[in-house]
Amino acid sequence: MSKIHVTTSVNGDAVEFLCDPRETLLDVLRDRLGLTGAKEGCGTGDCGACSVTLDGRVVCSCLVLGAEVEGHEIGTVEGIATGEELHPLQRKFIEHAALQCGVCTPGILVATKALLEKNPDPTETEVRYWLAGNLCRCTGYDKIIRAVMDTAAELREAS
Amino acid sequence: MQYHTPASFEDASKIAAKATGITRFLAGGTDVLVQLRADIVTPDTLIDIKHIDGVHDITRNSDGGWTIGVAVTGAEMTEHADLGGDWPGLVEAMDLVGSTQIQGRATLTGNLCNGSPAADSVPAMIAAGATVTVSGPNGTREVAAEDIATGPGRTSLAQGEIVTAVNIPPRAAGGGDAYLRFIPRTEMDIAVVGCGINLAVDGDTITAARVVLGAVAPTALLDQACADAIIGSTLDDAALEKLAAAASAACNPITDKRGTIEFRTKVAGVLARRVAKIAYERAQAGGAS
Repeated sequence: MSKIHVTTSVNGDAVEFLCDPRETLLDVLRDRLGLTGAKEGCGTGDCGACSVTLDGRVVCSCLVLGAEVEGHEIGTVEGIATGEELHPLQRKFIEHAALQCGVCTPGILVATKALLEKNPDPTETEVRYWLAGNLCRCTGYDKIIRAVMDTAAELREAS
Repeated sequence: MQYHTPASFEDASKIAAKATGITRFLAGGTDVLVQLRADIVTPDTLIDIKHIDGVHDITRNSDGGWTIGVAVTGAEMTEHADLGGDWPGLVEAMDLVGSTQIQGRATLTGNLCNGSPAADSVPAMIAAGATVTVSGPNGTREVAAEDIATGPGRTSLAQGEIVTAVNIPPRAAGGGDAYLRFIPRTEMDIAVVGCGINLAVDGDTITAARVVLGAVAPTALLDQACADAIIGSTLDDAALEKLAAAASAACNPITDKRGTIEFRTKVAGVLARRVAKIAYERAQAGGAS
């Protein structure tokens, strides 16, 4: 089966790859581009562990084909920090111990960053609904929400 | 699997008409990719329609109606204040589908053509009187939303036919719509029962209504007896009682892990009452934004 040549942008870097038409963006990120931040949880768009941004919108990369991203812009958890300097969200997640096993964390960081860019002052209810598609099985939701609310407050003070 | 990215609906239709085996159109992919990955449906031909001009547009037409492109996502509909002003029930129904991540990809047309009896946006579309434009080898036709699904996972579309737009009628003054569903949790679930109602008032009296039930039959049900129960009334207790009875009577549900026949039948009546009240309040508040 002939492979499809795709040119796209990942975290601001121009990227090219060849993929099978059935391969998902998640497969491409992990297996072809070596970006293993996005995780495969359910593979059916329910758990959010594979969340990335596609032209700024949060999507499940398991429900996007690699071939579909030609000419689009992808953002992954690997693009959140600036070099060695963690993004405030990442710092606050550590401070609040908002992760245990960490499998859901990359997806939650990607989804939350997109929320705070759209809405710098969300209510707790808005954060909980926004993250309803990001499942944490270590039962860490409360600390996650606190970390997000604290980050939002800090970012508002800084701006 | 062949992956195509046609630049026009004409080309998309030609590819589909010539294809052998299983063909799927790809918009948001939130059903197609799940079925592909789970080996439920493995298309031989996958036609990505997102490169076609206009598919990402929400347009208000000169008559006040709306044309929604077939690749417009739920998130884009929710962010469109004027569309939500005219058709809050339709926008809320679409917004109930899946998570933030799903909203970034899922489309009205996909929800309709996937043929699920529990699709949240479908009762709201039917209640609104939405139609879809269908193009195929034999030309173009306009089809009422209620005439697309013919059963779970099945549609009336012939080989080579493709939905090219969703058409929402103008929101006249004194109209209002609403949609609610029952799920056992607050988010991220599939409707056990759904109900969409669009109605119009003259003063306090309901002059027209379309009542649609979801997840209680093989397809969404547009029920005239439910509409008749409230048309001519001021939505008083007697009218609500008649509506609830008509809604329960219209149900032809199954028992599955989400709910029993008895539960669905009862809840259909409860939801119909609640939805009618919201639509009525909206209609009295003026309808069009």
